[in-house]
Amino acid sequence: MTTSLFSFRRARAILAKEFIQLRRDTVTLRMIVMIPIMQLLLFGYALNTDPKHLPTAVISQDSSPIARAFVAGLKNTDYFSIDHEPRSEAEATEMLQRGDVLFVVSIPPNFERDLLRGEKPKLLIEADASDPVATSGALSAANGMMDRVLKEELKGTLAPLRPAKPPVELRLHRAYNPEGFTRYNIVPGLIAIILTMTGIMMTALAITRERERGTMENLLAMPVRPLEVMVGKITPYVVIGFVQAAIIVAVAWALFQVPVVGSLWLLAATLIIFITCNMAIGFTLSAAAENQTQAIQMSMMVTLPSIMLSGFLFPFRGMPEWAQVIGNIMPATHFINISRGILLKGSGMAEIWPHVWPLLVFMAAITLIAMKRYRRTLD
Amino acid sequence: MMTAAPDNVIDVRGLTKSFGGRKVVDSFDVQVPRGRIYGFLGPNGSGKTTTLRMICGLLTPDAGEGTCLGFDIVEEAAEVKRRIGYMTQKFSFWEDLSIRENLEFVADLYGLDRRKERVDTALQNLNLVDRQKQLAGQLSGGWKQRLALAACILHEPELLLLDEPTAGVDPKARREFWDEIHRLAAEGLTVLVSTHYMDEAERCHAIIYMSYGRLVTQGTVKDVIRGAGLSTWVVRGQNLMPLARELEAEKAVKTVAPFGDNLHVSGTDKQALEAALKPYFNREGLSWHEAEPSFEDIFIRYMADAQDNFKGAENGNEGDAA
Repeated sequence: MTTSLFSFRRARAILAKEFIQLRRDTVTLRMIVMIPIMQLLLFGYALNTDPKHLPTAVISQDSSPIARAFVAGLKNTDYFSIDHEPRSEAEATEMLQRGDVLFVVSIPPNFERDLLRGEKPKLLIEADASDPVATSGALSAANGMMDRVLKEELKGTLAPLRPAKPPVELRLHRAYNPEGFTRYNIVPGLIAIILTMTGIMMTALAITRERERGTMENLLAMPVRPLEVMVGKITPYVVIGFVQAAIIVAVAWALFQVPVVGSLWLLAATLIIFITCNMAIGFTLSAAAENQTQAIQMSMMVTLPSIMLSGFLFPFRGMPEWAQVIGNIMPATHFINISRGILLKGSGMAEIWPHVWPLLVFMAAITLIAMKRYRRTLD
Repeated sequence: MMTAAPDNVIDVRGLTKSFGGRKVVDSFDVQVPRGRIYGFLGPNGSGKTTTLRMICGLLTPDAGEGTCLGFDIVEEAAEVKRRIGYMTQKFSFWEDLSIRENLEFVADLYGLDRRKERVDTALQNLNLVDRQKQLAGQLSGGWKQRLALAACILHEPELLLLDEPTAGVDPKARREFWDEIHRLAAEGLTVLVSTHYMDEAERCHAIIYMSYGRLVTQGTVKDVIRGAGLSTWVVRGQNLMPLARELEAEKAVKTVAPFGDNLHVSGTDKQALEAALKPYFNREGLSWHEAEPSFEDIFIRYMADAQDNFKGAENGNEGDAA
């Protein structure tokens, strides 16, 4: 009579125990459902990287029709909301300094006269660029506005003053997200981030909880193998991961009209790999953590770089090489690419494969480490 | 390998284990024959729990070797685990599972057949059929201990290791617990049980006394008392505490312990003790008589000895050695 290498009965017993314990832990259950919904609502409604209607001050020292046409043009871009009219430059600077306005538009005296004389008068827009994300959209819109206004205003005898047409016509096509909605980008990334956050922490807690309550000693004294414990402990959280992912996709689709172009089956298949990666990380951390507080701290340490360096909040390509290397090690980075690919671009297996295989490699490696680090004794 | 019923269920030699440079168990030998109940005694932090954990494969010894039920305690820990029941010092079943769920979980981990039948029987024996759906965490100390024992013997182990099983349990529950242990031993189960209670030690077939990681003495309670070579005088009277302080100053007196209205005065040299006590015999209001030393006198003497021996070497904390 020897102890078999893997017993489904033992793994199932652990699994059943975890489900029963989870069912009785109503606080955790509520968190599991509320975290994705809360985050989604916050990110979906509150976060916008292309803000419009920004407060603007205009000092116009020329009341000519063309000067007014420029101000109207700025308004029409939707980026500028002209609600301050300071009387002096000093007052305008103060407004910018205080943060009352993000832009100060100055139209010099004799603007129209100089324009008609061909003296290239200067139209000045000062922007509070301390937050580049807030102002960059508005500034590029201001550039485009210029051509349009000149084309409309310089008619008849003034036509020769129009700027020469460029020999090449530039056409921009914003594929997959024509309106440039930030939430389209955020939601698929949010699946990865929420699963990383809750997945790693819940698994790490599941093991350290046993150690803290003293039940680990009992478990180790019984004939159960590490792989059985791992399978039994992880499976409930894989199910939870799926529930969370389903909530996110459903809410995103219903509330924010985020397109679901690709195959949800493919998303589900890659989700299994991604969730397992996170669980194995949590399992590994739990081997190092002595108690639940430490487990939570360690989970934070792993989760934070996933949020920062995965391309969830900031463009991945904008990061320096070394940061991209770190980012590429993290499963969240690859899964964000996968979920954006499937949901927004309708990518198939062939397109997402470059991000699937790193996940598979990571899963195999981290599972091995988790098994190795699992303590069979109390040493 | 499977050997046919070895004489000694536990047979370990030279077990040594250190934590943070401190030797908690130091070349410890112990043999426990089949079907016997061995009591495991010693002060807090003497290494009893660590020894039990090494025997059941929860800790890897730094040195030493041995077998448990014929299996190597290091190489064949998995085989050992299947055949023994280990009851931890602190209640270590799942408080957020019901009584029944705990038993079913244990049955599954040991791969037991007839799960429902076994669990039902265990619940009947425990008298917990009506409360089987109650969460284990809601049970009182005595009931928790009974549940833990029931769970430990569910797979019909050949050896039971019990780590202070009756700490914090009322006398009636303790009595019932020991009746159960003796019933199991009669059926051929071997038991090694650590305890601080003298009456429990006297219920064992033999005792092992451990102090500061070393074996001090072992044998039947009678043997141990005789082997200690202790003589004891009992004095009865009023206002004994000042007398106790006086007696402690005598060289021939090893220990002075109050027992209600009595003082137990013990020494290792019978003649010297008598000579030292003689001046006190005629004091007013005191009545003296020589007595068989109780097991507790022996126990206190060993503790005092060990403390003397280690006072120099041991500076600072004598924590509970896990």
